[in-house]
Amino acid sequence: MDRRDFLLKGGKLIWLTGSAMVAWEAVLAGEPETAPNYKLTDHWWAMAIDIGLCIGCGSCVRACKEENGVIKEPFFFRTWVERYHVPHGDIERPEVDSPNGGYDGFPEKYPPQDGSKNFFVPKLCNQCAHSPCVQVCPVGATFESPDGVVLVDKEYCLGCRYCVQACPYGCRYIDPRSGTVDKCSLCYHRIRRGLTTACCEACPTGARRLGDLKDPNDPIHEFLRDRRVQVLKPQMATGAKVYYCDLDGSVR
Amino acid sequence: MRQSLKDREHLLRMLALLVAAIAVFLFVRSIAVPKDYGRFGPFRASALDDIAAMPVVFAGHSACEECHSDVVEARQGSKHTQIHCEICHGPAAAHAADPTASKPARPDGRELCLNCHVINVARPADFPQINPREHGDEGPCTACHPHHHPEP
Ligand code: HEC
Ligand code: HEC
Ligand code: HEC
Ligand code: HEC
Repeated sequence: MDRRDFLLKGGKLIWLTGSAMVAWEAVLAGEPETAPNYKLTDHWWAMAIDIGLCIGCGSCVRACKEENGVIKEPFFFRTWVERYHVPHGDIERPEVDSPNGGYDGFPEKYPPQDGSKNFFVPKLCNQCAHSPCVQVCPVGATFESPDGVVLVDKEYCLGCRYCVQACPYGCRYIDPRSGTVDKCSLCYHRIRRGLTTACCEACPTGARRLGDLKDPNDPIHEFLRDRRVQVLKPQMATGAKVYYCDLDGSVR
Repeated sequence: MRQSLKDREHLLRMLALLVAAIAVFLFVRSIAVPKDYGRFGPFRASALDDIAAMPVVFAGHSACEECHSDVVEARQGSKHTQIHCEICHGPAAAHAADPTASKPARPDGRELCLNCHVINVARPADFPQINPREHGDEGPCTACHPHHHPEP
Protein backbone atom coordinates (compact mmCIF):
# COMPACT_ATOMS: atom_id res chain seq x y z
CA MET A 1 0.00 0.00 0.00
CA ASP A 2 1.55 3.28 -1.02
CA ARG A 3 0.87 6.55 0.63
CA ARG A 4 -1.73 7.68 -1.93
CA ASP A 5 -3.66 4.44 -1.51
CA PHE A 6 -3.53 4.74 2.27
CA LEU A 7 -4.88 8.28 2.25
CA LEU A 8 -7.72 7.36 -0.11
CA LYS A 9 -8.81 4.28 1.86
CA GLY A 10 -8.43 6.02 5.20
CA GLY A 11 -10.39 9.00 3.98
CA LYS A 12 -13.23 6.81 2.75
CA LEU A 13 -13.31 4.95 6.08
CA ILE A 14 -13.56 8.18 8.06
CA TRP A 15 -16.25 9.50 5.74
CA LEU A 16 -18.26 6.27 6.05
CA THR A 17 -18.11 6.11 9.84
CA GLY A 18 -19.10 9.77 9.93
CA SER A 19 -22.21 9.26 7.83
CA ALA A 20 -23.05 6.06 9.69
CA MET A 21 -22.96 8.01 12.93
CA VAL A 22 -25.25 10.69 11.56
CA ALA A 23 -27.67 8.03 10.35
CA TRP A 24 -27.51 6.21 13.68
CA GLU A 25 -28.26 9.43 15.57
CA ALA A 26 -31.37 9.92 13.43
CA VAL A 27 -32.44 6.36 14.22
CA LEU A 28 -31.89 6.93 17.95
CA ALA A 29 -33.88 10.17 17.89
CA GLY A 30 -36.93 8.28 16.61
CA GLU A 31 -39.60 9.36 14.14
CA PRO A 32 -41.34 12.42 15.64
CA GLU A 33 -44.59 12.12 13.73
CA THR A 34 -46.43 9.61 15.86
CA ALA A 35 -49.86 10.75 14.69
CA PRO A 36 -50.02 8.91 11.37
CA ASN A 37 -52.18 11.39 9.50
CA TYR A 38 -50.61 14.54 10.84
CA LYS A 39 -47.65 15.98 8.98
CA LEU A 40 -45.95 18.85 10.76
CA THR A 41 -45.04 20.59 7.53
CA ASP A 42 -48.61 20.51 6.18
CA HIS A 43 -49.97 23.00 8.71
CA TRP A 44 -49.49 26.61 9.73
CA TRP A 45 -51.89 27.46 12.52
CA ALA A 46 -53.48 30.83 13.12
CA MET A 47 -56.61 32.28 14.71
CA ALA A 48 -59.29 34.61 13.42
CA ILE A 49 -61.08 36.82 15.94
CA ASP A 50 -64.18 38.79 15.05
CA ILE A 51 -64.51 41.43 17.77
CA GLY A 52 -67.98 42.37 16.55
CA LEU A 53 -69.24 38.93 17.58
CA CYS A 54 -67.71 38.67 21.06
CA ILE A 55 -70.40 38.88 23.76
CA GLY A 56 -67.99 38.66 26.70
CA CYS A 57 -69.57 35.55 28.19
CA GLY A 58 -66.19 34.19 29.32
CA SER A 59 -66.89 30.67 28.03
CA CYS A 60 -63.48 30.60 26.32
CA VAL A 61 -61.66 31.58 29.52
CA ARG A 62 -63.37 28.84 31.53
CA ALA A 63 -62.93 26.23 28.82
CA CYS A 64 -59.24 27.06 28.45
CA LYS A 65 -58.61 26.66 32.16
CA GLU A 66 -60.43 23.31 32.21
CA GLU A 67 -58.75 21.94 29.12
CA ASN A 68 -55.22 22.95 29.99
CA GLY A 69 -55.27 22.60 33.76
CA VAL A 70 -54.50 26.29 34.19
CA ILE A 71 -54.36 27.30 37.84
CA LYS A 72 -57.79 28.63 38.85
CA GLU A 73 -56.66 31.67 40.81
CA PRO A 74 -57.01 35.04 39.13
CA PHE A 75 -54.03 36.52 37.26
CA PHE A 76 -53.11 33.24 35.57
CA PHE A 77 -54.57 32.97 32.11
CA ARG A 78 -53.73 31.42 28.80
CA THR A 79 -56.59 33.35 27.28
CA TRP A 80 -58.63 36.17 28.76
CA VAL A 81 -61.16 38.76 27.66
CA GLU A 82 -60.78 42.53 28.08
CA ARG A 83 -63.59 45.07 28.19
CA TYR A 84 -62.88 48.40 26.52
CA HIS A 85 -64.74 51.55 27.46
CA VAL A 86 -63.70 54.36 25.13
CA PRO A 87 -64.98 57.83 26.04
CA HIS A 88 -66.44 59.62 23.06
CA GLY A 89 -63.73 60.26 20.50
CA ASP A 90 -60.84 59.65 22.90
CA ILE A 91 -59.15 56.53 21.62
CA GLU A 92 -55.94 57.54 23.39
CA ARG A 93 -57.42 56.93 26.83
CA PRO A 94 -59.60 53.84 26.88
CA GLU A 95 -60.68 52.37 30.20
CA VAL A 96 -59.82 48.67 30.14
CA ASP A 97 -60.86 46.07 32.66
CA SER A 98 -60.83 42.31 32.85
CA PRO A 99 -62.29 41.12 36.16
CA ASN A 100 -60.78 37.68 36.74
CA GLY A 101 -59.94 37.62 33.05
CA GLY A 102 -63.64 37.44 32.25
CA TYR A 103 -63.90 34.04 33.95
CA ASP A 104 -67.11 35.05 35.72
CA GLY A 105 -68.39 37.29 32.96
CA PHE A 106 -68.52 41.07 33.15
CA PRO A 107 -70.88 42.69 35.65
CA GLU A 108 -72.54 45.69 34.00
CA LYS A 109 -70.52 48.75 34.93
CA TYR A 110 -71.16 51.51 32.43
CA PRO A 111 -74.42 53.36 31.83
CA PRO A 112 -76.03 52.78 28.46
CA GLN A 113 -75.94 55.51 25.83
CA ASP A 114 -73.42 57.83 27.48
CA GLY A 115 -71.77 58.45 24.12
CA SER A 116 -68.97 56.00 24.83
CA LYS A 117 -67.85 53.04 22.77
CA ASN A 118 -67.82 49.64 24.47
CA PHE A 119 -66.65 46.27 23.28
CA PHE A 120 -64.85 43.09 24.29
CA VAL A 121 -61.46 41.91 23.04
CA PRO A 122 -60.46 38.28 23.56
CA LYS A 123 -56.72 37.88 23.95
CA LEU A 124 -54.33 34.98 23.78
CA CYS A 125 -50.83 34.17 22.61
CA ASN A 126 -50.42 35.60 19.12
CA GLN A 127 -48.37 32.58 17.94
CA CYS A 128 -45.80 34.92 16.42
CA ALA A 129 -43.71 33.58 13.57
CA HIS A 130 -40.74 35.70 14.71
CA SER A 131 -41.38 35.56 18.38
CA PRO A 132 -39.42 37.75 20.80
CA CYS A 133 -40.05 35.27 23.62
CA VAL A 134 -38.37 32.49 21.65
CA GLN A 135 -35.38 34.65 20.83
CA VAL A 136 -34.60 35.41 24.48
CA CYS A 137 -34.90 31.87 25.84
CA PRO A 138 -31.41 30.84 26.95
CA VAL A 139 -32.02 27.08 26.90
CA GLY A 140 -34.28 26.46 23.89
CA ALA A 141 -37.23 25.64 26.16
CA THR A 142 -39.63 27.76 24.13
CA PHE A 143 -39.78 27.49 20.39
CA GLU A 144 -41.81 27.90 17.24
CA SER A 145 -42.97 24.48 16.14
CA PRO A 146 -42.75 23.53 12.44
CA ASP A 147 -46.55 23.85 12.26
CA GLY A 148 -46.54 27.40 13.56
CA VAL A 149 -47.30 27.19 17.27
CA VAL A 150 -45.15 28.73 19.98
CA LEU A 151 -44.72 26.04 22.62
CA VAL A 152 -42.99 25.57 25.97
CA ASP A 153 -40.87 22.54 26.81
CA LYS A 154 -41.65 22.28 30.53
CA GLU A 155 -38.80 19.87 31.14
CA TYR A 156 -36.17 22.33 30.00
CA CYS A 157 -37.68 25.58 31.23
CA LEU A 158 -35.53 27.12 33.96
CA GLY A 159 -38.15 29.63 35.09
CA CYS A 160 -35.80 32.53 34.36
CA ARG A 161 -38.68 34.81 33.27
CA TYR A 162 -36.88 36.40 30.34
CA CYS A 163 -39.69 35.40 28.00
CA VAL A 164 -42.35 36.79 30.34
CA GLN A 165 -40.65 40.16 29.99
CA ALA A 166 -40.05 39.80 26.28
CA CYS A 167 -43.64 39.06 25.26
CA PRO A 168 -45.16 42.36 24.04
CA TYR A 169 -48.66 40.99 24.59
CA GLY A 170 -48.32 39.83 28.20
CA CYS A 171 -49.32 36.30 27.32
CA ARG A 172 -46.94 34.41 29.60
CA TYR A 173 -46.94 33.71 33.31
CA ILE A 174 -44.95 31.61 35.74
CA ASP A 175 -47.01 28.69 36.99
CA PRO A 176 -46.56 28.84 40.78
CA ARG A 177 -47.00 25.05 41.03
CA SER A 178 -44.02 24.15 38.88
CA GLY A 179 -42.00 27.36 38.72
CA THR A 180 -41.91 27.07 34.94
CA VAL A 181 -43.45 29.34 32.36
CA ASP A 182 -46.87 28.59 30.88
CA LYS A 183 -48.76 30.05 27.96
CA CYS A 184 -51.38 29.29 25.34
CA SER A 185 -50.34 26.27 23.29
CA LEU A 186 -53.20 26.77 20.83
CA CYS A 187 -54.41 23.50 22.39
CA TYR A 188 -51.63 21.73 20.56
CA HIS A 189 -52.78 18.37 21.93
CA ARG A 190 -56.21 18.98 20.39
CA ILE A 191 -55.20 20.29 16.98
CA ARG A 192 -52.81 17.37 16.52
CA ARG A 193 -55.85 15.11 17.03
CA GLY A 194 -57.91 17.04 14.49
CA LEU A 195 -60.01 18.89 17.07
CA THR A 196 -60.37 22.64 17.36
CA THR A 197 -59.06 24.52 20.41
CA ALA A 198 -61.07 24.48 23.63
CA CYS A 199 -61.76 28.23 23.39
CA CYS A 200 -63.10 27.92 19.84
CA GLU A 201 -65.19 24.91 20.83
CA ALA A 202 -66.62 26.98 23.68
CA CYS A 203 -67.31 30.17 21.73
CA PRO A 204 -71.10 30.47 21.21
CA THR A 205 -70.94 33.08 18.46
CA GLY A 206 -67.97 31.97 16.37
CA ALA A 207 -66.08 35.09 17.41
CA ARG A 208 -62.89 33.07 17.54
CA ARG A 209 -61.99 30.43 15.01
CA LEU A 210 -58.91 28.32 14.56
CA GLY A 211 -57.48 28.36 11.05
CA ASP A 212 -54.83 26.52 9.10
CA LEU A 213 -53.13 28.90 6.70
CA LYS A 214 -51.62 26.02 4.72
CA ASP A 215 -55.03 24.44 4.05
CA PRO A 216 -56.40 26.18 0.93
CA ASN A 217 -59.98 25.20 1.88
CA ASP A 218 -59.86 26.68 5.35
CA PRO A 219 -62.45 29.48 5.85
CA ILE A 220 -59.73 31.62 7.41
CA HIS A 221 -58.66 32.58 3.90
CA GLU A 222 -62.09 34.09 3.24
CA PHE A 223 -61.87 35.90 6.57
CA LEU A 224 -58.47 37.36 5.70
CA ARG A 225 -59.56 38.31 2.20
CA ASP A 226 -63.05 39.68 2.77
CA ARG A 227 -62.66 41.42 6.11
CA ARG A 228 -60.47 44.30 7.21
CA VAL A 229 -58.05 42.58 9.55
CA GLN A 230 -55.22 43.65 11.81
CA VAL A 231 -52.86 42.05 14.29
CA LEU A 232 -52.04 43.50 17.70
CA LYS A 233 -48.99 45.79 17.86
CA PRO A 234 -48.02 45.42 14.20
CA GLN A 235 -45.16 47.85 14.80
CA MET A 236 -43.41 45.15 16.83
CA ALA A 237 -43.02 43.05 13.65
CA THR A 238 -43.47 39.84 15.58
CA GLY A 239 -45.24 38.02 12.77
CA ALA A 240 -48.36 37.63 14.92
CA LYS A 241 -50.88 35.12 13.56
CA VAL A 242 -53.95 36.06 15.59
CA TYR A 243 -55.93 38.21 13.19
CA TYR A 244 -58.57 40.58 14.53
CA CYS A 245 -61.27 42.17 12.46
CA ASP A 246 -63.15 45.23 13.70
CA LEU A 247 -60.12 46.09 15.83
CA ASP A 248 -60.44 49.56 17.32
CA GLY A 249 -57.44 51.90 17.44
CA SER A 250 -57.73 52.11 21.22
CA VAL A 251 -56.76 48.45 21.66
CA ARG A 252 -53.18 48.05 22.72
CA MET B 1 18.40 19.76 22.24
CA ARG B 2 17.71 19.08 25.95
CA GLN B 3 17.43 22.75 26.57
CA SER B 4 14.76 23.23 23.86
CA LEU B 5 12.69 20.32 25.18
CA LYS B 6 12.61 21.91 28.58
CA ASP B 7 11.42 25.12 26.98
CA ARG B 8 8.52 23.28 25.41
CA GLU B 9 7.46 21.47 28.54
CA HIS B 10 5.07 24.17 29.71
CA LEU B 11 3.49 24.22 26.27
CA LEU B 12 2.87 20.49 26.48
CA ARG B 13 1.30 20.93 29.88
CA MET B 14 -1.03 23.56 28.49
CA LEU B 15 -1.87 21.24 25.63
CA ALA B 16 -2.70 18.43 28.04
CA LEU B 17 -4.94 20.78 30.03
CA LEU B 18 -6.67 21.92 26.87
CA VAL B 19 -7.31 18.36 25.75
CA ALA B 20 -8.66 17.49 29.21
CA ALA B 21 -10.93 20.55 29.15
CA ILE B 22 -12.28 19.63 25.72
CA ALA B 23 -12.89 16.06 26.88
CA VAL B 24 -14.81 17.28 29.93
CA PHE B 25 -16.81 19.68 27.75
CA LEU B 26 -17.75 16.96 25.28
CA PHE B 27 -18.70 14.59 28.09
CA VAL B 28 -20.92 17.13 29.85
CA ARG B 29 -22.44 18.16 26.53
CA SER B 30 -23.32 14.58 25.64
CA ILE B 31 -25.22 14.30 28.92
CA ALA B 32 -26.78 17.77 29.02
CA VAL B 33 -27.99 18.12 25.43
CA PRO B 34 -31.02 15.97 24.63
CA LYS B 35 -30.51 13.38 21.90
CA ASP B 36 -33.09 14.85 19.55
CA TYR B 37 -32.12 18.48 20.07
CA GLY B 38 -31.94 20.41 16.83
CA ARG B 39 -34.01 18.06 14.71
CA PHE B 40 -36.48 20.81 13.75
CA GLY B 41 -34.65 23.78 15.20
CA PRO B 42 -33.04 24.86 18.44
CA PHE B 43 -35.26 22.80 20.74
CA ARG B 44 -35.92 19.25 21.93
CA ALA B 45 -37.93 17.68 19.11
CA SER B 46 -39.73 15.16 21.32
CA ALA B 47 -41.23 18.04 23.32
CA LEU B 48 -43.74 18.29 20.44
CA ASP B 49 -44.97 14.78 21.09
CA ASP B 50 -44.91 15.29 24.86
CA ILE B 51 -47.22 18.28 24.51
CA ALA B 52 -49.39 16.55 21.90
CA ALA B 53 -49.89 13.61 24.27
CA MET B 54 -51.81 15.69 26.85
CA PRO B 55 -55.32 14.35 27.52
CA VAL B 56 -58.32 16.00 25.90
CA VAL B 57 -60.97 17.34 28.30
CA PHE B 58 -63.57 18.71 25.88
CA ALA B 59 -64.73 15.97 23.52
CA GLY B 60 -66.10 18.36 20.90
CA HIS B 61 -69.71 18.64 19.73
CA SER B 62 -69.47 16.06 16.95
CA ALA B 63 -68.74 13.37 19.57
CA CYS B 64 -71.88 14.27 21.56
CA GLU B 65 -74.02 14.42 18.45
CA GLU B 66 -73.16 10.83 17.51
CA CYS B 67 -75.02 9.43 20.53
CA HIS B 68 -77.49 12.19 21.41
CA SER B 69 -79.38 12.40 18.12
CA ASP B 70 -82.57 13.19 20.07
CA VAL B 71 -81.00 16.39 21.39
CA VAL B 72 -79.74 17.31 17.92
CA GLU B 73 -83.31 16.90 16.69
CA ALA B 74 -84.69 19.01 19.52
CA ARG B 75 -82.20 21.77 18.71
CA GLN B 76 -83.03 21.81 15.01
CA GLY B 77 -83.93 25.27 13.72
CA SER B 78 -82.89 26.98 16.94
CA LYS B 79 -80.43 29.85 16.98
CA HIS B 80 -78.67 27.81 19.66
CA THR B 81 -77.46 25.13 17.22
CA GLN B 82 -74.17 27.00 16.95
CA ILE B 83 -73.74 26.73 20.74
CA HIS B 84 -71.88 23.51 21.31
CA CYS B 85 -73.10 21.07 23.94
CA GLU B 86 -70.14 21.41 26.26
CA ILE B 87 -70.52 25.18 26.64
CA CYS B 88 -73.60 24.51 28.74
CA HIS B 89 -72.85 21.01 30.01
CA GLY B 90 -69.17 21.48 30.80
CA PRO B 91 -66.26 19.35 29.63
CA ALA B 92 -67.44 15.81 28.95
CA ALA B 93 -64.66 13.83 27.27
CA ALA B 94 -64.78 11.31 30.13
CA HIS B 95 -68.52 10.90 29.61
CA ALA B 96 -68.15 10.53 25.84
CA ALA B 97 -65.54 7.81 26.32
CA ASP B 98 -67.73 5.91 28.80
CA PRO B 99 -71.27 7.34 29.30
CA THR B 100 -71.91 5.33 32.45
CA ALA B 101 -68.68 6.33 34.19
CA SER B 102 -69.48 10.01 34.58
CA LYS B 103 -72.37 12.32 33.86
CA PRO B 104 -71.98 15.85 32.55
CA ALA B 105 -73.49 18.65 34.59
CA ARG B 106 -77.19 19.43 34.19
CA PRO B 107 -76.85 23.17 34.32
CA ASP B 108 -79.23 25.30 36.33
CA GLY B 109 -81.13 27.32 33.75
CA ARG B 110 -81.10 30.83 35.15
CA GLU B 111 -77.42 31.32 35.98
CA LEU B 112 -76.42 29.70 32.72
CA CYS B 113 -78.67 31.72 30.44
CA LEU B 114 -77.95 35.06 32.12
CA ASN B 115 -74.24 34.50 31.65
CA CYS B 116 -74.77 35.13 27.97
CA HIS B 117 -78.04 37.05 27.78
CA VAL B 118 -77.93 39.59 30.61
CA ILE B 119 -77.87 43.11 29.27
CA ASN B 120 -74.43 44.70 28.96
CA VAL B 121 -73.48 47.77 26.94
CA ALA B 122 -70.23 46.19 25.77
CA ARG B 123 -72.13 43.40 24.01
CA PRO B 124 -72.88 43.82 20.32
CA ALA B 125 -76.15 45.76 20.05
CA ASP B 126 -77.76 43.13 17.81
CA PHE B 127 -77.20 40.32 20.31
CA PRO B 128 -80.46 39.39 22.11
CA GLN B 129 -80.12 40.64 25.69
CA ILE B 130 -82.63 40.89 28.50
CA ASN B 131 -82.89 42.72 31.78
CA PRO B 132 -83.47 39.93 34.35
CA ARG B 133 -85.42 42.28 36.63
CA GLU B 134 -87.94 43.08 33.92
CA HIS B 135 -87.96 39.94 31.81
CA GLY B 136 -89.74 36.77 32.90
CA ASP B 137 -90.54 36.36 36.57
CA GLU B 138 -87.44 35.56 38.62
CA GLY B 139 -88.11 31.88 37.94
CA PRO B 140 -85.97 29.56 35.86
CA CYS B 141 -85.71 30.68 32.24
CA THR B 142 -86.44 27.15 31.13
CA ALA B 143 -89.99 27.49 32.51
CA CYS B 144 -90.83 29.46 29.36
CA HIS B 145 -87.89 28.68 27.07
CA PRO B 146 -87.32 24.95 26.34
CA HIS B 147 -83.67 24.39 27.20
CA HIS B 148 -82.63 22.93 23.86
CA HIS B 149 -84.79 25.20 21.71
CA PRO B 150 -85.23 28.46 23.63
CA GLU B 151 -87.17 30.36 20.97
CA PRO B 152 -90.84 30.44 21.98
C1 HEC C 1 -71.08 6.86 23.56
C2 HEC C 1 -72.32 7.59 23.48
C3 HEC C 1 -72.38 8.95 24.16
C4 HEC C 1 -71.62 10.04 23.86
C5 HEC C 1 -70.49 10.16 22.84
C6 HEC C 1 -72.11 11.10 24.69
N1 HEC C 1 -73.11 10.65 25.50
FE1 HEC C 1 -74.17 11.73 26.83
N2 HEC C 1 -75.19 10.11 27.42
C7 HEC C 1 -75.08 8.86 26.83
C8 HEC C 1 -76.01 7.97 27.49
C9 HEC C 1 -76.19 6.49 27.15
C10 HEC C 1 -76.67 8.73 28.47
C11 HEC C 1 -77.77 8.28 29.40
C12 HEC C 1 -77.20 7.87 30.71
C13 HEC C 1 -78.32 7.57 31.65
O1 HEC C 1 -79.40 8.10 31.46
O2 HEC C 1 -78.04 6.82 32.57
C14 HEC C 1 -76.14 10.07 28.40
C15 HEC C 1 -76.55 11.11 29.23
C16 HEC C 1 -76.17 12.44 29.05
C17 HEC C 1 -76.67 13.57 29.79
C18 HEC C 1 -77.71 13.52 30.87
C19 HEC C 1 -77.03 13.28 32.17
C20 HEC C 1 -78.01 13.12 33.26
O3 HEC C 1 -77.70 13.58 34.36
O4 HEC C 1 -79.08 12.53 33.01
C21 HEC C 1 -76.06 14.67 29.31
C22 HEC C 1 -76.26 16.10 29.78
C23 HEC C 1 -75.15 14.25 28.29
N3 HEC C 1 -75.23 12.88 28.15
C24 HEC C 1 -74.31 15.10 27.57
C25 HEC C 1 -73.36 14.67 26.68
C26 HEC C 1 -72.42 15.56 26.07
C27 HEC C 1 -72.32 17.05 26.31
C28 HEC C 1 -71.66 14.81 25.24
C29 HEC C 1 -70.49 15.26 24.36
C30 HEC C 1 -69.25 15.52 25.03
C31 HEC C 1 -72.13 13.44 25.34
N4 HEC C 1 -73.17 13.41 26.23
C32 HEC C 1 -71.60 12.38 24.64
C33 HEC C 1 -74.25 8.51 25.79
C34 HEC C 1 -73.31 9.34 25.20
C1 HEC D 1 -77.92 26.55 26.01
C2 HEC D 1 -77.33 25.55 26.82
C3 HEC D 1 -77.37 24.09 26.37
C4 HEC D 1 -76.83 23.56 25.24
C5 HEC D 1 -76.06 24.29 24.14
C6 HEC D 1 -77.07 22.15 25.29
N1 HEC D 1 -77.77 21.83 26.42
FE1 HEC D 1 -78.33 19.98 26.99
N2 HEC D 1 -79.34 20.79 28.57
C7 HEC D 1 -79.33 22.12 28.91
C8 HEC D 1 -80.18 22.32 30.04
C9 HEC D 1 -80.45 23.65 30.71
C10 HEC D 1 -80.71 21.05 30.37
C11 HEC D 1 -81.74 20.72 31.42
C12 HEC D 1 -81.11 20.43 32.73
C13 HEC D 1 -82.18 20.09 33.72
O1 HEC D 1 -83.32 20.47 33.50
O2 HEC D 1 -81.84 19.44 34.69
C14 HEC D 1 -80.14 20.10 29.43
C15 HEC D 1 -80.38 18.73 29.44
C16 HEC D 1 -79.74 17.82 28.62
C17 HEC D 1 -79.90 16.39 28.66
C18 HEC D 1 -80.79 15.63 29.60
C19 HEC D 1 -82.02 15.15 28.88
C20 HEC D 1 -82.88 16.29 28.41
O3 HEC D 1 -83.03 16.44 27.18
O4 HEC D 1 -83.38 17.05 29.24
C21 HEC D 1 -79.10 15.86 27.68
C22 HEC D 1 -78.91 14.39 27.32
C23 HEC D 1 -78.45 16.95 27.01
N3 HEC D 1 -78.86 18.12 27.60
C24 HEC D 1 -77.54 16.82 25.98
C25 HEC D 1 -77.10 17.87 25.22
C26 HEC D 1 -76.34 17.71 24.00
C27 HEC D 1 -75.90 16.40 23.39
C28 HEC D 1 -76.10 18.95 23.51
C29 HEC D 1 -75.39 19.34 22.22
C30 HEC D 1 -75.96 18.81 20.99
C31 HEC D 1 -76.69 19.89 24.45
N4 HEC D 1 -77.30 19.19 25.45
C32 HEC D 1 -76.64 21.26 24.32
C33 HEC D 1 -78.65 23.14 28.28
C34 HEC D 1 -77.97 23.01 27.10
C1 HEC E 1 -72.91 30.46 25.73
C2 HEC E 1 -73.81 31.55 25.55
C3 HEC E 1 -75.32 31.28 25.61
C4 HEC E 1 -76.00 30.65 26.61
C5 HEC E 1 -75.44 29.97 27.84
C6 HEC E 1 -77.37 30.75 26.26
N1 HEC E 1 -77.51 31.41 25.08
FE1 HEC E 1 -79.25 31.91 24.18
N2 HEC E 1 -78.26 32.59 22.58
C7 HEC E 1 -76.90 32.64 22.46
C8 HEC E 1 -76.54 33.01 21.12
C9 HEC E 1 -75.12 33.16 20.57
C10 HEC E 1 -77.76 33.18 20.42
C11 HEC E 1 -77.93 33.55 18.95
C12 HEC E 1 -78.01 35.05 18.83
C13 HEC E 1 -78.15 35.46 17.40
O1 HEC E 1 -78.21 34.61 16.53
O2 HEC E 1 -78.16 36.66 17.21
C14 HEC E 1 -78.82 32.93 21.37
C15 HEC E 1 -80.16 33.03 21.09
C16 HEC E 1 -81.15 32.88 22.04
C17 HEC E 1 -82.55 33.17 21.85
C18 HEC E 1 -83.17 33.65 20.56
C19 HEC E 1 -83.21 35.13 20.53
C20 HEC E 1 -83.82 35.63 19.25
O3 HEC E 1 -83.24 36.57 18.71
O4 HEC E 1 -84.81 35.06 18.84
C21 HEC E 1 -83.21 32.90 23.01
C22 HEC E 1 -84.70 33.05 23.31
C23 HEC E 1 -82.22 32.43 23.94
N3 HEC E 1 -80.99 32.44 23.32
C24 HEC E 1 -82.50 32.02 25.22
C25 HEC E 1 -81.59 31.37 26.02
C26 HEC E 1 -81.93 30.63 27.21
C27 HEC E 1 -83.33 30.50 27.78
C28 HEC E 1 -80.78 30.12 27.71
C29 HEC E 1 -80.60 29.23 28.93
C30 HEC E 1 -81.12 27.88 28.78
C31 HEC E 1 -79.71 30.54 26.85
N4 HEC E 1 -80.26 31.28 25.83
C32 HEC E 1 -78.38 30.26 27.06
C33 HEC E 1 -75.97 32.38 23.46
C34 HEC E 1 -76.28 31.75 24.64
C1 HEC F 1 -92.60 34.05 31.86
C2 HEC F 1 -91.98 33.39 30.74
C3 HEC F 1 -90.52 33.76 30.48
C4 HEC F 1 -89.47 33.59 31.33
C5 HEC F 1 -89.44 33.05 32.77
C6 HEC F 1 -88.31 34.00 30.60
N1 HEC F 1 -88.65 34.42 29.33
FE1 HEC F 1 -87.40 35.03 27.87
N2 HEC F 1 -88.95 35.43 26.65
C7 HEC F 1 -90.25 35.13 26.93
C8 HEC F 1 -91.07 35.50 25.78
C9 HEC F 1 -92.57 35.34 25.68
C10 HEC F 1 -90.17 36.03 24.81
C11 HEC F 1 -90.50 36.55 23.41
C12 HEC F 1 -91.11 37.93 23.47
C13 HEC F 1 -90.12 38.97 23.79
O1 HEC F 1 -89.26 39.25 22.97
O2 HEC F 1 -90.22 39.54 24.88
C14 HEC F 1 -88.85 35.96 25.38
C15 HEC F 1 -87.72 36.39 24.73
C16 HEC F 1 -86.42 36.17 25.22
C17 HEC F 1 -85.23 36.51 24.52
C18 HEC F 1 -85.10 37.15 23.17
C19 HEC F 1 -85.16 38.64 23.36
C20 HEC F 1 -84.92 39.37 22.06
O3 HEC F 1 -84.48 40.51 22.16
O4 HEC F 1 -85.15 38.80 20.99
C21 HEC F 1 -84.19 36.16 25.32
C22 HEC F 1 -82.70 36.33 25.01
C23 HEC F 1 -84.74 35.61 26.52
N3 HEC F 1 -86.10 35.63 26.43
C24 HEC F 1 -83.98 35.13 27.55
C25 HEC F 1 -84.51 34.76 28.77
C26 HEC F 1 -83.71 34.44 29.92
C27 HEC F 1 -82.19 34.45 29.95
C28 HEC F 1 -84.56 34.13 30.93
C29 HEC F 1 -84.18 33.73 32.36
C30 HEC F 1 -83.55 34.79 33.14
C31 HEC F 1 -85.89 34.23 30.40
N4 HEC F 1 -85.83 34.63 29.10
C32 HEC F 1 -87.01 33.97 31.13
C33 HEC F 1 -90.75 34.57 28.09
C34 HEC F 1 -90.01 34.28 29.23
